[in-house]
Amino acid sequence: MYVAVKGGERAIENSHAVLAEARRGDAAVPPLTLPQIAGQLGLAVDRVMAEASLYDRELAALAIKQAQGDLVEGAFLLRAYRTTLPRFCASLPVETERMVVERRISATYKDLPGGQVLGPTYDYTHRLLDFSLAAEGDATSAPRADTPLNATMPHVTSLLGAEGLMRPEAPDQEREPADVTRDPPRFPADRSARLQTLARGDEGFVLAMGYSTQRGYGGAHPFAGEIRHGSVAVEIVPEELGFPITIGDIMVTECEMVNQFKGSRTEKPQFTRGYGLVFGHGERKAMGMALVDRALMAAELGEDAVHPAQDHEFVLSHCDNVESSGFVQHLKLPHYVDFQSELELVRRLRAEADLRMAEQQREAAE
Amino acid sequence: MTPKAAHDPDYNLGYLDEQTKRMIRRALLKAVAIPGYQVPFASREMPLAYGWGTGGMQVTAAVLGPDDVLKVIDQGADDTTNAVSIRRFFARVTGVRTTERTVEATVIQTRHRIPEQALTEGQIIVYQVPQPEPLRKLEPRETETRRMHALADYGLMHVKLYEDIARHGRITLSYDYPVLVNGRYVMAPSPIPSFDNPKMHHSPALQLFGAGREKRIYAIPPYTEVRSLDFEDHPFHPWRASNCCDLCGAADSYLDEVVTDDRGGRMFVCSDTDWCADRREAGHRGRLAGHALATPRADDPA
Repeated sequence: MYVAVKGGERAIENSHAVLAEARRGDAAVPPLTLPQIAGQLGLAVDRVMAEASLYDRELAALAIKQAQGDLVEGAFLLRAYRTTLPRFCASLPVETERMVVERRISATYKDLPGGQVLGPTYDYTHRLLDFSLAAEGDATSAPRADTPLNATMPHVTSLLGAEGLMRPEAPDQEREPADVTRDPPRFPADRSARLQTLARGDEGFVLAMGYSTQRGYGGAHPFAGEIRHGSVAVEIVPEELGFPITIGDIMVTECEMVNQFKGSRTEKPQFTRGYGLVFGHGERKAMGMALVDRALMAAELGEDAVHPAQDHEFVLSHCDNVESSGFVQHLKLPHYVDFQSELELVRRLRAEADLRMAEQQREAAE
Repeated sequence: MTPKAAHDPDYNLGYLDEQTKRMIRRALLKAVAIPGYQVPFASREMPLAYGWGTGGMQVTAAVLGPDDVLKVIDQGADDTTNAVSIRRFFARVTGVRTTERTVEATVIQTRHRIPEQALTEGQIIVYQVPQPEPLRKLEPRETETRRMHALADYGLMHVKLYEDIARHGRITLSYDYPVLVNGRYVMAPSPIPSFDNPKMHHSPALQLFGAGREKRIYAIPPYTEVRSLDFEDHPFHPWRASNCCDLCGAADSYLDEVVTDDRGGRMFVCSDTDWCADRREAGHRGRLAGHALATPRADDPA
């Protein structure tokens, strides 16, 4: 009813109150604590941190709690908080080669320096509901190796690069990396802007775009050269010190896809790299990102860019779920002024069509 | 008018940090210097969802000073939920005075309408813009539309309008009706009804447009020529429902149609609630004067 949308202040306040009640749920059940969310819903926390592009497990847990577990809403909450934070400095590039690895696999080599490390993965679990988890389970512990992992784990792509088989990476025409949170987008987009946008893009969208390249909409022939997950040090160089210091460690997932490139007039055939890097443990997202990153290189490699995943504007303008969720849902706002003008227009057009038809009938009768 | 108050100390004045406000003001200056040109700006995430007025809010935050009086409308009304929400946001983060009266306001943020009360010199009207690119429905690529604007290559738009006439006998755009600003740039006026387009022409007020999600700002300086696109033999016509307001009897205001029952019952009311209240106070009475929809302003004494 009309009054409902013109409800004003009290309706909004009451709506917030009923939302808070729904969020809390049954008062007889203890409320969730942030350590519970951060500790036991870790992958949800990882996704929210990745899509909000803010690494803070506790705040991400708070966002998830506040959003009743709606992760897209959680990412939005964290992003809105992120905008208010001052910037102190930019870190040095993170050295993923020196990652303290939890998991590292390659699909291109049976064995390689540093070895294959399966780590925690759902890949080989049978997806059978584990009813023992429904009971309040006890803490479990996993066996650990006696010897630490090999500290040197060169990237698979660096092994190929040493042989000249991997296309070397170059900065964007010597330009400083873009900052998509501080610069308006430009097309075609620099690789740095593409990677940043994909890294905070919606997991579902990036995954589907990557998937489309495998199904013929992009002509990809990818190999999962390497996927690694673990912690890396974040270093900054304070001006007054002049040398790098570590300010903390973050968990990231990195994926390097190895793709064919048949070569062009000026370049010999070689492999090219699709790159994915996300906060936390997110292999699905990192792999999707790596596929899309490679697809978006089509134009600069002289390939035909005809598929959606190869189209900078299509992918980068639509992958952000805070933007898309907001704009799709803004349709809930009142549009009765515009609708009224459309109503008037359709009525006028129909009246004119009636006149025209009557005229035709009269002419036919004569 | 609400009194001035202290702003929420947990946030910077106007929510955005000073650097961001400066960046937006620079974009605004450029926009004013090139009327109708879309200036890219580094839009920030706001605590409201994209599509709900984030661009307008950033512009408003950048121009609001401590002595300003803010009015926020959505669909012409001050009491629609999103207008209430945005007004409350600015009351909280700036502490400025707010009002529902068009004549009292120095800054008016709007979605989908221009007030009926003619704006005056010194007033600023800030439009919330969902899609700043008037050519977007004809050409989805930003790279292409930027080129078309650069070359003033608006043939595609004229062909669209011509095809409308060829097929339907008239131009079938009823809102967000494109305008030519200062004889140079074709511009989206935001989804205001075409009825409001003539109010933009030679307006004494400064008109600012913010598109947050699309990261564009544009402007029309005071007393600028704003022409709705048309043809000599098919001149532009600002349509409205051919009724009178059932509350105040106005015959020249833009009307909302309200369905009152499921047997075809209708009533028409001014979409501009402040205009309607003014007229009722002045003694004008419509067919259904005294109806429950004739609510007083929130800041009127009971």
